[in-house]
Amino acid sequence: MMARHIVATVDEIAPGQRRLVSVNGREIGIFNVDGEFFAVGNRCPHEGASLCKGRLVGLVEASEPGSYQYSRRGELIRCPWHGWEFDLRTGKSWCEPDRTKVRSYELKVEPGGALVEGELRAETFPVSIEKQYIVVEV
Amino acid sequence: MSTIEMDRSQSAKHKLRVIDCDIHPAMTSWTEVHPYLEKQWIDHLSVYGSHLRHAFSEALSHPRMSPDAARIDAYPDEGGPPGSSLELMRKQHLDPNGVQVGMLIPLRWNPGSQRNLDFGAALTRAMNTWQVERWVKQEPRLRASVLVAQEDTEAAVKEIDARGGDPNFTQILILPRTDEPLGRRRYWPIYEAAVRNNLPITVHVGGTNGHPSTGGGWPSYYMEEHHSVAQTMQAVLTSLVFEGVFERFPKLRVVIMEGGLGWIPSLSARMDKHWSRLRSEVPHLKRPPSEYVREQVWFSTQPMEEPGSAAELIDLFDRIGWDRLLFSTDYPHWDFDDPRYAFKANLSEAQRDQLLYGNSRNFYGLG
Amino acid sequence: MVGNRQADLSQATRYAGAIDCDLHPAVPGMSALMPYLDDYWREMVSVRALDRLNLNLTSYPQNAPLSCRPDWTLDQGRKPGSSLEAMQAHVLNSCQSRYGILNCLYGAQVFHSEDMAAAFCRATNDWLRDEWLNRDSRLRASITIAAHNTELAVAEIERRADDFRFVQVLMLVSGEMTLGRRQLWPIYQLAERLGLAIGIHAGSAYRYAPTAAGWPSYYVEDYIAQSCAFESQLQSMISEGVFAKFPNLKVVAIESGLTWLSGFVWRADKTWKGLRAEVPWVTRAPSEIIRNHVRFTVQPIDAADEREAILRLTDHLKSDKLFLFSTDYPHWQFDGDVALPDGLPDPLFRNILSENALATYPRMAKADHALEVAE
Repeated sequence: MMARHIVATVDEIAPGQRRLVSVNGREIGIFNVDGEFFAVGNRCPHEGASLCKGRLVGLVEASEPGSYQYSRRGELIRCPWHGWEFDLRTGKSWCEPDRTKVRSYELKVEPGGALVEGELRAETFPVSIEKQYIVVEV
Repeated sequence: MSTIEMDRSQSAKHKLRVIDCDIHPAMTSWTEVHPYLEKQWIDHLSVYGSHLRHAFSEALSHPRMSPDAARIDAYPDEGGPPGSSLELMRKQHLDPNGVQVGMLIPLRWNPGSQRNLDFGAALTRAMNTWQVERWVKQEPRLRASVLVAQEDTEAAVKEIDARGGDPNFTQILILPRTDEPLGRRRYWPIYEAAVRNNLPITVHVGGTNGHPSTGGGWPSYYMEEHHSVAQTMQAVLTSLVFEGVFERFPKLRVVIMEGGLGWIPSLSARMDKHWSRLRSEVPHLKRPPSEYVREQVWFSTQPMEEPGSAAELIDLFDRIGWDRLLFSTDYPHWDFDDPRYAFKANLSEAQRDQLLYGNSRNFYGLG
Repeated sequence: MVGNRQADLSQATRYAGAIDCDLHPAVPGMSALMPYLDDYWREMVSVRALDRLNLNLTSYPQNAPLSCRPDWTLDQGRKPGSSLEAMQAHVLNSCQSRYGILNCLYGAQVFHSEDMAAAFCRATNDWLRDEWLNRDSRLRASITIAAHNTELAVAEIERRADDFRFVQVLMLVSGEMTLGRRQLWPIYQLAERLGLAIGIHAGSAYRYAPTAAGWPSYYVEDYIAQSCAFESQLQSMISEGVFAKFPNLKVVAIESGLTWLSGFVWRADKTWKGLRAEVPWVTRAPSEIIRNHVRFTVQPIDAADEREAILRLTDHLKSDKLFLFSTDYPHWQFDGDVALPDGLPDPLFRNILSENALATYPRMAKADHALEVAE
């Protein structure tokens, strides 16, 4: 059954940083890309590398050979082993978006004051009203 | 439409038992070889460095898509390049992956490709001792490879004979981009020494010889260069067969390492086909080429082929011969294969154990 | 349906309507080209005694068993492939071919001098037109070019543009450089515009060693190594983005062997997944690019069981559109009339025999129309 889990406070993960969390035995990578947060499974579906250890890269495309077009800085995670790229927004791999993907989780940033007690699993997070929390649905 | 998912529960059942034929040890600093290198060559190295047949003195002309060609999770916390920390190697690879024995394949300086032959030979001696002192004596699971300066056959033979009785060494290492194809007669004393010392010849991807890295000229991109290593291995195997090396040295055993697997059945068939037409040119061959390959050549598994289906992979193994496949990871390089997930097929316990462990145990005569 | 259609037919009609995509006409000697050279080159032939040179390529030694099938030799020591009548009797008539494509491997394209190479390529193409195309309406030809000067090569292709019997541009698999390189693109641009396929044929100009491991000792090794050169050239054309730039371009690998293709696409696809950011214009897997753009002539196949090999390749490559019938005449790849193995299922057999070639060479049938109008 899906439930919402507090996994970190916003100020714990600076822009460009990531954190590996464990929820119900699942390893999930939480990424801060320029203030926007994403949550994806940590295991590369190819050979099981820890995606959280990969490099955040932009999207490289080309209108024609030799013309490199760069966008979405830091929004893809490149596997630390074989270099497969996964879109943090969807979990889909660049090369086989329909076939090879990593689980992408619903993530919300919510103020402590809005979090209703009992709805959340936050064993390690005493919720305080003035902080911002990262909440992942798993 | 299906999503590939790691079947963790399935793989967790397997207690891993692995012999890894391809581990790349690195130096934290090049001064690590100082204790084993004559002062003349220490000076030479610091003044002139590597002198190879390519454009950069310290770098490759097709820079890899990952620094140091390595997994980016393989950098030791204490600094130094991937593969330089025994502690991390244990923690990240040997222990969790159940490695019972790991074979060291040192690539630094590319001693066999050095144009200064004396320098190359000195480096092989130093790096062979370095492997034993720095690695094998510290970690009993590791084994060393005898580096040789193959272009200086006399020095190579001397080094093989010097190390041949030392159980720390399991194989002789040559990188395939040699001055001439490895079947040529100039290299035969090396094979003679290998047989004399009962050591296999392992041909691991690498080397520089000044020849374009493909049969169509120099490639522009690393994507092409990476592909070309499989073709280089085909050239090496073709040469060993047609020069009659296997015919002349029936006890010689050769390992083709990191060259891929997909081309083995097709090359064997192609050699047989055109040998049947042109055999009058090579009367020293007594049998179809594929027979020599089947009997005297083994192949390391990484980078594992990933065909469209598991059935194609099984069919490939069937055609190569299951007993010819030696598992390897290439740790800590970027195209590392994980023993749990590398084979995208449902293997039986027996098949898995044969590939990960049994074949190499038999081949290298381990325990 | 998997049916053994051939069993129902006499061997004579088995290949009726075939399109034979690899025939080798031989230039009997320099004298044949003299009428097509200008005054300067005619004088040079005399001054430099070029007519005494044997321009046989090292890739095909004239008397090597592979270069001519024993029952296809000619009398009086004439070069194999130098007689149209013999070619007609040996393959065109006996197969009842609808079309045959001439790939001339005379040495014109490998001279180091770009000007000399271009002059002799031009003469070769003129000679092909007069001595072959004009004498048998089933024949089509590849335009011989010296690819080491792009401008001259383009000019030669332009010169043949209106003669639809030229259906392809011919390049050697081991020329001066990898074939994806941008300096060659004007050739591809023009070929695409004119509906010409790019035919890459086995053979080397020997500008560099045939393998990355250096120079082998034996001819048989050189020949075997060529399938690896084909791998490199496909990888080059894919990586450089030739097919991204020229989406309608068709490439035909001629006399490349076939069975290496499985291993090639496995490795190429896997490599692309990790390295595609280096070549972001490669937006589809190499296997898919090959399915869309590359075709292969079927001799040699390189398998002990050729039927099984073709079926396996069709399965691995997920296409029955890839292969083109060829005899490789007069090269000795097969005996009797087994240019194709028995027992191929019918749609696949028909595709290989003719349908795939018709789709690959749009100019081929157009030439019939042009000939009728001319008459």
